[in-house]
Amino acid sequence: MGYTPCPLLLMDNQQSPPHPDTRRQLQMARSMCWHCQSEVTGEYFCDRCVKVQPVSKETDYFTCLGFPRRLMLDPQKLEAKFYELSRTFHPDFYQTKSADEQTISLSNAAVLNTAYRTLRDSIQRAEYLLALETGSVKDIRTSPPADLFEEILDLQDTLEEYRASERDSEQGHRLRATLQTEQEALERRKEGMEAQLRQLFADWDKLQDAGEATSLARVERDRILKQMRDLLSNRTYVNNIVNDLAATIA
Amino acid sequence: MARIVGIDLGTTNSLVAYMKDGQPCVVPDRNGRTMVPSVVALTDNGLIVGDSAKEHLTRNPERTVYSVKRFMGKGLADVQDELVYFPYHITETGGVIRIRLGQKSYSPPQVSAMILKELKLRAEASLGESITKAVITVPAYFNDSQRQATKDAGLIAGLEVLRIINEPTAASLAYGLQQKTQGTIAVYDFGGGTFDISILKLKDGIFEVLATSGDTHLGGDDLDRVLVDLFIGDIRDRYGIDVDRYPDHMQTVRLEAERAKIRLSDELKTEITIELPEDKGRFTRELTRDQLEFLVAGIIERTLAPCRIALKDAGLTPKGIDEVVLVGGSTRMPLVRQQVEALFGKQPHCHLNPDEVVALGAAVQADILSGGTTDMLLLDVTPLSLGIETMGGVMSSLIRRNTTIPASAKEMFTTYVDGQTGVDIHILQGERELVKDNRSLAQFRLKVPPLPAGVPRIEVTFLIDANGILNVTATDMRTAKSQSIEVKPSYGLSDTEVERMIEDSFKFAAEDVTARKLIEARLDAEALIKTTDKSLVDAGHLITEEDADGIRTSLSQLSIAKNGTDPRVIRAHMAELEQTAKHLNVLMLDHSLKKSLHGKKVSEVS
Repeated sequence: MGYTPCPLLLMDNQQSPPHPDTRRQLQMARSMCWHCQSEVTGEYFCDRCVKVQPVSKETDYFTCLGFPRRLMLDPQKLEAKFYELSRTFHPDFYQTKSADEQTISLSNAAVLNTAYRTLRDSIQRAEYLLALETGSVKDIRTSPPADLFEEILDLQDTLEEYRASERDSEQGHRLRATLQTEQEALERRKEGMEAQLRQLFADWDKLQDAGEATSLARVERDRILKQMRDLLSNRTYVNNIVNDLAATIA
Repeated sequence: MARIVGIDLGTTNSLVAYMKDGQPCVVPDRNGRTMVPSVVALTDNGLIVGDSAKEHLTRNPERTVYSVKRFMGKGLADVQDELVYFPYHITETGGVIRIRLGQKSYSPPQVSAMILKELKLRAEASLGESITKAVITVPAYFNDSQRQATKDAGLIAGLEVLRIINEPTAASLAYGLQQKTQGTIAVYDFGGGTFDISILKLKDGIFEVLATSGDTHLGGDDLDRVLVDLFIGDIRDRYGIDVDRYPDHMQTVRLEAERAKIRLSDELKTEITIELPEDKGRFTRELTRDQLEFLVAGIIERTLAPCRIALKDAGLTPKGIDEVVLVGGSTRMPLVRQQVEALFGKQPHCHLNPDEVVALGAAVQADILSGGTTDMLLLDVTPLSLGIETMGGVMSSLIRRNTTIPASAKEMFTTYVDGQTGVDIHILQGERELVKDNRSLAQFRLKVPPLPAGVPRIEVTFLIDANGILNVTATDMRTAKSQSIEVKPSYGLSDTEVERMIEDSFKFAAEDVTARKLIEARLDAEALIKTTDKSLVDAGHLITEEDADGIRTSLSQLSIAKNGTDPRVIRAHMAELEQTAKHLNVLMLDHSLKKSLHGKKVSEVS
């Protein structure tokens, strides 16, 4: 009984707080140029020796791409910034530089790509923000909307029946038609949830822009985050079922 | 910085290109041919590559290797079904395919290295400088093992492979440079052995790959096989001969199938002629384009599914594609063009030479890496999802397919049993749910401190570099100490093996040079024998019988030496013949001079 493959724990490790020691180390590394040890004031490069600086592991994706923590981001601006930073960090432009600079460029480019991929998609962006604001994203995952529970159980039965049935039989056609109707209904449901989410995104941005530190603002903040978490979780659940349905019927 | 060349290491043909005054250009040989057939043959004089090796396909099929790219990064079990089509002997050692040539066995990277070396020599001869650095292209859908194998081939050939880039994206660089296009393009790359589809967004010099898909075992070779099967069946019916029992005739059939396929891209019907074994005469038949298209329709159809997947992954419909670019020799087939046009709803672009565009793009990328071109940047993706085995034999994805590279992902590991001292980590690549359906890239054992179950925290980081190749590191989160992990590739050559092969290649380099010198000496000797013979006939009456006999003796000695294997001996006999025939040659010169002056007035010659 020696070795067991057991990748466990931490469903979402990007948001997991690093070990305290590591954190202190990284922050120190950030303020001082790794190459000439002078203080780094420039954004990505040391002003004195012009060496590229590592993007700190503490930097969140919004900061990395130079955007505030908002949920309605202009995709054009996001893309333009991503391209600009790609030109800054991509390993292609460090081929003639030192091994250290190549390593930094590689890891910076990897962080940048993850940041862009996360923020580009409005749902992933919201999930990420939620994790940043509430510290954990583990229980976002997926859960069925409460009022849909019965309906989804029925649907699972129909799906099983359809899988077992003869595709070309009358029963098969009937089940297929039922599933198609269900799929359309669930898709509308999903769209409804996405519209609600967009409203919450707008609410969030408005609240942040106002920047008030009143207790009322705190209550509003918690409401938005709570609702957003529930909606995201339900939407993912419904989305999975829709995909499953589409794959089965196709 | 030393010059970096771009190399298209193809299934059927390979090319080398470089950047000249801001434009990429392919290096031709002395006869102006740009393509080196990807064929290696073992002859009595050693290994030869390219056009001359191609001649051995029918003469010496068991010792002539072609389409070796299909075996890169593969185990024997992966290619079992198609072994029957290859006349050369394929085995497996240490999970890597080996190809038997005479007394020795070679891994696919070693055979590829011979082709790379030929390209290297060609570039060195043309540019007059030593070439040590290269960008090499691979099919976009190549997995980690296949990329690693390509990198190994470069190393063995004495090339530092600065970047492995994907063929369709390389093509897009060449295309983008020449057409100055903005917008979304689809690159449909149907080559000799592989099929790729890549969808890219071109904007302000950034080439962002949105999605890629393909099949690394689908190409012109498969189209040829359909015809081979047809001809074999015909011959069996008509003559009762099983051609597949005769390797050299099988090659004749295969080459004729390939040529017929190519002819039918321009013509509506063609005549097939194949010499039969055992002097049974020759097989002839007519083949029309319609018949060919009927036979290969299913294969061409197979390219469309990856196209649809790539479109879906890019979040696009065919309407969202502004331009379709064709790459690879197989896109010359009219049926392929029709199918592509039908799928995307627009006429494909084929102004660039589909054979050369990949090498040209590789040269552009080489120029970017050396700092020459600074306004273009390629953002490529990883074609296949990367993950690890979790409980129950299921693959859990860490990096999804079509993620922009470089890309990284982390996973936390811990122990399952008290006092456990290690965990097994199994890295996989592929899109399937179950471990057994995906590609096993590597397995390694990670040491953990013996602690109660669940206490150790080991963070494993996967990093895909700009070549699309995976690197793994592990950090013990309690001590923040990083552990480097030796990842032993499941289907690749080990580092020590690659090192040994590099040494071997230098050793063989000496042998190769000897082989080359021998061939040259023989050719020169033949030429000298021929001219001396002619001189004897034309001017033999001008010298004494004694002298003529001396020349004849030297001639016959050289003829014998020519069949030996030592180029120095041949050269020595050549020198001797030149010496004995010196007088004859002087007389011969005078004689021909007088002959040409005969009948002319002095004033005309002075």
